[in-house]
Amino acid sequence: MNSLDLITKLLAATLAMGTSLTYATLGEVFTEKSGVLNLGLEGTMLMGALSGFAVTFHTQSLMLGVIIAMLTGGLFSLIHAFLTISLRSNQVVTGLSITMFGTGLANFLGKRLGPVENNLNLVGLNLAAKFENIQIPLLHKIPVIGAFFDVSILTYLLYILLPLSWYFMYKTKHGLTLRSVGEAPRTAAAMGINVNKTRYIYTVLGGFFAGVGGAALSLSFTPSWNDSMTGGIGWIAIALVIFSAWNPARVAIGTLVFGGITSLQFFLQAAGFKMVIPVQFLAIAPYFITVVTLIIMTINSIKNKGSFASPSALGTPFAIDEK
Amino acid sequence: MRFIIEKRNEKSKKMQVLIPIYSLLISFVLGAIVLLLSNANPIQTYAAIFKGAFGSNTKIQYTLVKMIPLLMCGLAVGIAFRLRFWNIGAEGQYVMGVIGITWVMQFWTWLPNVLVLPIGLIMAIIFGGLWGGIPGALKAQWKVDETLTTLMMNYIAIGIAEYLYISAWKAPKNNMGTVKYPDFAWIQRFWGKVHYGIFIALILVVILYFVLYKTRWGFELNMIGKNSEAARCQGVSIKKNIILAMLLSGAIAGLAGGIDASAVTHSLTKGVNSGYGFTGIIVAWMSGLNPFVSIVIALFLAALETGSDALQITMHLPSAMGEVLQGLILIPLLAGSIFIDHRIKPARVKGDK
Repeated sequence: MNSLDLITKLLAATLAMGTSLTYATLGEVFTEKSGVLNLGLEGTMLMGALSGFAVTFHTQSLMLGVIIAMLTGGLFSLIHAFLTISLRSNQVVTGLSITMFGTGLANFLGKRLGPVENNLNLVGLNLAAKFENIQIPLLHKIPVIGAFFDVSILTYLLYILLPLSWYFMYKTKHGLTLRSVGEAPRTAAAMGINVNKTRYIYTVLGGFFAGVGGAALSLSFTPSWNDSMTGGIGWIAIALVIFSAWNPARVAIGTLVFGGITSLQFFLQAAGFKMVIPVQFLAIAPYFITVVTLIIMTINSIKNKGSFASPSALGTPFAIDEK
Repeated sequence: MRFIIEKRNEKSKKMQVLIPIYSLLISFVLGAIVLLLSNANPIQTYAAIFKGAFGSNTKIQYTLVKMIPLLMCGLAVGIAFRLRFWNIGAEGQYVMGVIGITWVMQFWTWLPNVLVLPIGLIMAIIFGGLWGGIPGALKAQWKVDETLTTLMMNYIAIGIAEYLYISAWKAPKNNMGTVKYPDFAWIQRFWGKVHYGIFIALILVVILYFVLYKTRWGFELNMIGKNSEAARCQGVSIKKNIILAMLLSGAIAGLAGGIDASAVTHSLTKGVNSGYGFTGIIVAWMSGLNPFVSIVIALFLAALETGSDALQITMHLPSAMGEVLQGLILIPLLAGSIFIDHRIKPARVKGDK
């Protein structure tokens, strides 16, 4: 195998793996932009992965599976929204409890929603069909770049969603509303924007994306159900939001970097390479890079007197009558 | 009908006691719904969890052994939470503690036998403390968001631990895991599985209670948590206190790791990231950051874990039910916390008397 082929394969693996990660990250960007930190992402994604798989397994319909996964993700984020926005609970602790609950419930239901002949277990079952890669004629034959044109429908959808999200966020009125709610909720409220309603909308939207992200795993990347199969992708997504500086356009770059690192790790392991860098160090690289990025961004913002990328009101509840 | 939320002048004492109790009841009802929907009898299941946790001496012992790290991690994050410093990195600080003690156990062979365990535990404290101190210093110096750094540092610590037990420090004959610690450096057991570490944890409760409620430093931490601006005006150094609190928080989580490793696993191996650090957050939150109440909550959550492990055998139910209940316990509690410093009443429509 020549090196060009190797890079193409690595890119293909990155795109396949990165699809789920990108959905979750993009959703979280929307949520965090509105000022809500949702650490429930990992549990929400896992519920998406489970519900998508269970529905598709029983109905044979991939489309229905994705839709149910999306709604499940939305429902879980709605819990987060209700607790943190309406009841003003602590966003960090609430998010973590959603992750615990979602992870537990998904692993529990994974052993209860299966067919009777498999002891109600969903683990170890195969789907009749999965989201197959669709090749675009001619384009997919180009070396390296071709990998972009030999992916599943869920990935193609991202090619549209990413630029659309960027446009929405920075070039439309709704996007301005979203950013102002996360940046200066008090001012936004004074201008007649319903802060809490806006936050509800984008928190649930983030959940929809997370649910689809989960389904991208269980219906496309590794079409199966396994306990805790998201394996920390939700946490990497939280990291990726920071790395991409809360900007949808940069999410794509981040996915290629983080997804690339992760798939490189599997690639090298599978190929049995003797490596200079231990695999585990590749596994922690995304987190390490994120911490460093966060430190640099924060210090820079102090030097430049407050042009920090993170939404200023991130993590704080809003009530008009209180400071 | 619309409702308005009104801030109370001071926290409601009654609500502080009632809400955790109601939350517990609600979460059991919600858990029962999950069980009913999956064709299991809730009452039988809860009884089985209880029996699995307290049904025999061995089971009580398992529950108590699990309680120790949960309690300590709860105490650890509780200190940081006092300052409204959201340390969700106890998991990583715990893992670093295990790495610290393992380093001493495996490589400091020149130490006299009696010193191996104490120095190992001190190293666990240092490793955990530094792992907590880094995000503390970053926050104090440059205001780097602590939630994100502590969260990320969990996975860095877990990655380092994996590297050590899978390759660098792996015992020659094993697939994974380090060499067992020398048996003279184990923490001894005094009742079945229960080891002396439980006393370290309980003494820590007393010390922390004293420090947090009876000393000037404890008072300063509380003040920063309640109103950092007012604290600063009073001449309290916020930077210094954040770093100190995080060093202490990390140190306790690290010690929890050191104790569990030297008493239970006797090595650094798979499963070192057992989730105690994350469950510790529930302990701290439910106890209202009170060290003595933490004992009860830690015991309860430990019982839930050991009890759920038994479900697989006795009820043919997945043990993940324990995780479901753990997550469910927090949700009503978080929802209810608004009633502690707010009251909710129906909004009056205009013209309505």
